[in-house]
Amino acid sequence: MSRYLRFRKRTSVSALRRVMTPVISVLAALAFCALFLALMGHEPIAVYGKMISTVGSTGGLSRSIEAGIPLMLTGLAVTFGYRMNLNNIGADGQYALGALLCAGFALFGPVMPPVFKILCMFVIAMLGGALAALIAAFPKAQWGVNETILTMMLNYVFLYAMDYLVYGPWKEPGQMVAQTKAIKEKYWLPDLGSTGVSSVLVIVLLIAVLMYLFHTKTKWGYKMEVIRQNPRAAQYAGMSVRTATLLTLCMSGAIAGLAGFAQVAGILHRVQANLPDGAGYTGIVIAFLAGLNPLVVPLVGFFFGALQISSVAVQLTGVPSQVSTMIQGSIMLFVVAGEFFNRYEFAGVKSKERA
Amino acid sequence: MEVKKSPVLEMKHITKTFGSVTANRDVSLSVYPGEIHALLGENGAGKSTLMNILTGIYAPDGGEIIYKGKHRDIHSPKDAVALGIGMVHQHFRLIPTLTVAENVFLYSGKKTFFLHRDEMEKEIRECSSQYNLQVSPEAYVWQLSVGEQQRVEIVKLLHQGAEVLILDEPSAVLTPQEAQSMFDTLRRMADSGKAVIVISHKMNEVMTNADRITVLKNGMVEDTMPASEATVARLTSAVVGERTLPQQTTEDAERGDQGRLGEEIFVMENVSALNDRGLPALKGVSLSVRAGEIFGIAGVAGNGQRELSEVIAGLRPVTEGSLTLSGKELSKASVKEHIREGIALIPEDRLQTGLVPELSFVQNVILKKSDSERYSRNGILQEKAMHADAAEYAARYDIRHGGLDLPVGLMSGGNQQKLLFAREVSGKPRLIVAAYPVRGLDIGAAESIRGILREQSRQGTAIVFISEELEEIFSMCDRIGVLCDGELMGIRAAGETDLKEIGRMMSGEREETV
Repeated sequence: MSRYLRFRKRTSVSALRRVMTPVISVLAALAFCALFLALMGHEPIAVYGKMISTVGSTGGLSRSIEAGIPLMLTGLAVTFGYRMNLNNIGADGQYALGALLCAGFALFGPVMPPVFKILCMFVIAMLGGALAALIAAFPKAQWGVNETILTMMLNYVFLYAMDYLVYGPWKEPGQMVAQTKAIKEKYWLPDLGSTGVSSVLVIVLLIAVLMYLFHTKTKWGYKMEVIRQNPRAAQYAGMSVRTATLLTLCMSGAIAGLAGFAQVAGILHRVQANLPDGAGYTGIVIAFLAGLNPLVVPLVGFFFGALQISSVAVQLTGVPSQVSTMIQGSIMLFVVAGEFFNRYEFAGVKSKERA
Repeated sequence: MEVKKSPVLEMKHITKTFGSVTANRDVSLSVYPGEIHALLGENGAGKSTLMNILTGIYAPDGGEIIYKGKHRDIHSPKDAVALGIGMVHQHFRLIPTLTVAENVFLYSGKKTFFLHRDEMEKEIRECSSQYNLQVSPEAYVWQLSVGEQQRVEIVKLLHQGAEVLILDEPSAVLTPQEAQSMFDTLRRMADSGKAVIVISHKMNEVMTNADRITVLKNGMVEDTMPASEATVARLTSAVVGERTLPQQTTEDAERGDQGRLGEEIFVMENVSALNDRGLPALKGVSLSVRAGEIFGIAGVAGNGQRELSEVIAGLRPVTEGSLTLSGKELSKASVKEHIREGIALIPEDRLQTGLVPELSFVQNVILKKSDSERYSRNGILQEKAMHADAAEYAARYDIRHGGLDLPVGLMSGGNQQKLLFAREVSGKPRLIVAAYPVRGLDIGAAESIRGILREQSRQGTAIVFISEELEEIFSMCDRIGVLCDGELMGIRAAGETDLKEIGRMMSGEREETV
């Protein structure tokens, strides 16, 4: 005789459950991490309290949002690719090239009226990201070369190119840190009132909404969905999978490139060494936690931004910064595992008789 | 065959519901050693559910299973295998990158740390020679044809020591010759004392090959009889009930009426093409189809039918020859141009090519026409028009669906095919290529599909009709071309040839075209 738990496939999932499952999963992850914190001799409640109060403070909130903005953009970039089953692992590199071209144009380009200049910076950052993606997109579309490997390897190319420029020719003279000069203040995007949050946030939210509408309301979004689900049927229907692959990866890169624009025009106003700092990879996690829903991506991006900011704060109290990474990892694990309860329901304990 | 033993297996009063759907209601079934027992019924009659209960995939809501005289609870396929009950599913459960021997041993339950390859292969050879199942143990599964893979599945069961073998639609994937040799093998296994259960919806095959027949309808046992007492009439009435089959005679009469045929609109000359592996699959095929004509392609599956249908639809490049519709050369044209010129393809694998199972009914309706003025303006999808057309298709072609916004993968095969036809026909095609359009469908759905094709032909659409069922080809088509090994062996008017002649051509005898 052995006893075992039985689960049944759910026929439908209520909206409440959809929202509550990830929330409970996140709480469970925090509880799990609390255990570790306690084992390491920290006071979990105090650590979490410090984290929450950091994010809750006015300065903390705006810093969390600003830390989250590039993550939201890379999250959206990865989401866009995955909506056609394309793994864009290269958002880091696309972000870097977008930032470099954008900053280069801002620093060394012609003097223009600010609105026009910022518009050009926006377009150039997108082109930069798209160009970085194109290098992988073309072989993928033409010969079916694996885009996962290509985009990932290209990260090194652009990140090292960035290092070369910020440690070398573009380095701000007389500074210890490897960074470029700040761009002229007239080319900065304004803050939203007195919140200290750059108005680039509005652009990000707008992109999220537009992407959602693109996927659900347009024929191009429809075609992407057909190709994602059944490329053979797409061919049968006369759609050009090749062109779609090329455009989708480039668009994904362009959105990642905008993270560079967000930093240069909105937040840092310059390029620093290792600016992307893994945002492209975090973007993958964000895209999945958001269930590839562009409307949810900004929320999750903000959450990860808040984790970054609050972990810096708790570091001051002697908790190692790795704790933040651990919390991120645990949340990912718990949320993915929690999905199980959206798909299955508990059907009681049954005893089982061995034949 | 006289069976006087006690049953090896009894299923008593089995009931199973899924949500509000009752898949099996009070089903009882006895299976004797030494017999081939056929389970007959339409799609959705509950055959597969019943067998899935027997093999431990589903737990029954009520009823019991008695195996070798004892009550058994079968909780998992593992339990079933341990008892000696094994099943060959319609979609094989083999690992393509492993060899035959490795696949068989994966399931054998022998847990040794090292693989004893020679011993494994020897055991399989013994097992296969005993039942005349030709498989080479060292071959990789991806190298095997479908028929060979099926034999591997059977060997797998025998090697597990199965006493009751269940086969789900085993002949669906086979050529007629392969099917016959498969049934010969099953007979050999029955003769050695095993019980064989065959799920099928082909009456002829069941009458010739089974010992006893149980007919399921709407989840209940409708009739059960020795095969010797079965007649087409009795089986038909059990399977479809009182539903009457449409009269064939008027249609047949109409077939002979050549007056309704228009001019030649589709012409293929000397067309050659390669298959997916880059080998010649079509070799200099020439044919022409007149408006309103149904041109049948007969032949054993795998002789170039798939490639022919794909070439006509523009999905497969033509290496040589020309292909014209109303005089317009299409051999180099894109799929899109083929669609625009009015060529519609009903592909043989509707769920892999013709439809997107994960997408909704509505989304499948616009598959080929998302660029059209009706369905998108400035790129924005016109939901209203899409829904209206979907609802109209559903009503006009009696397509049963759980909801227009639900994935079509949830619909039954017959309804999926009707949707596919509704969509293709709505494009007002000038030429329809239908590859095995009724394969795997129940009788009712198959008849509606044939009805749609006949209606199209009356309206002057040229039709290329690919099928393996010769009776069907004779009743549907004006002319018949026979494909063998990528070549067209000959073309005959349906009224001036017979099964024998077509059969000879199918086996590769070339005859002069009249």
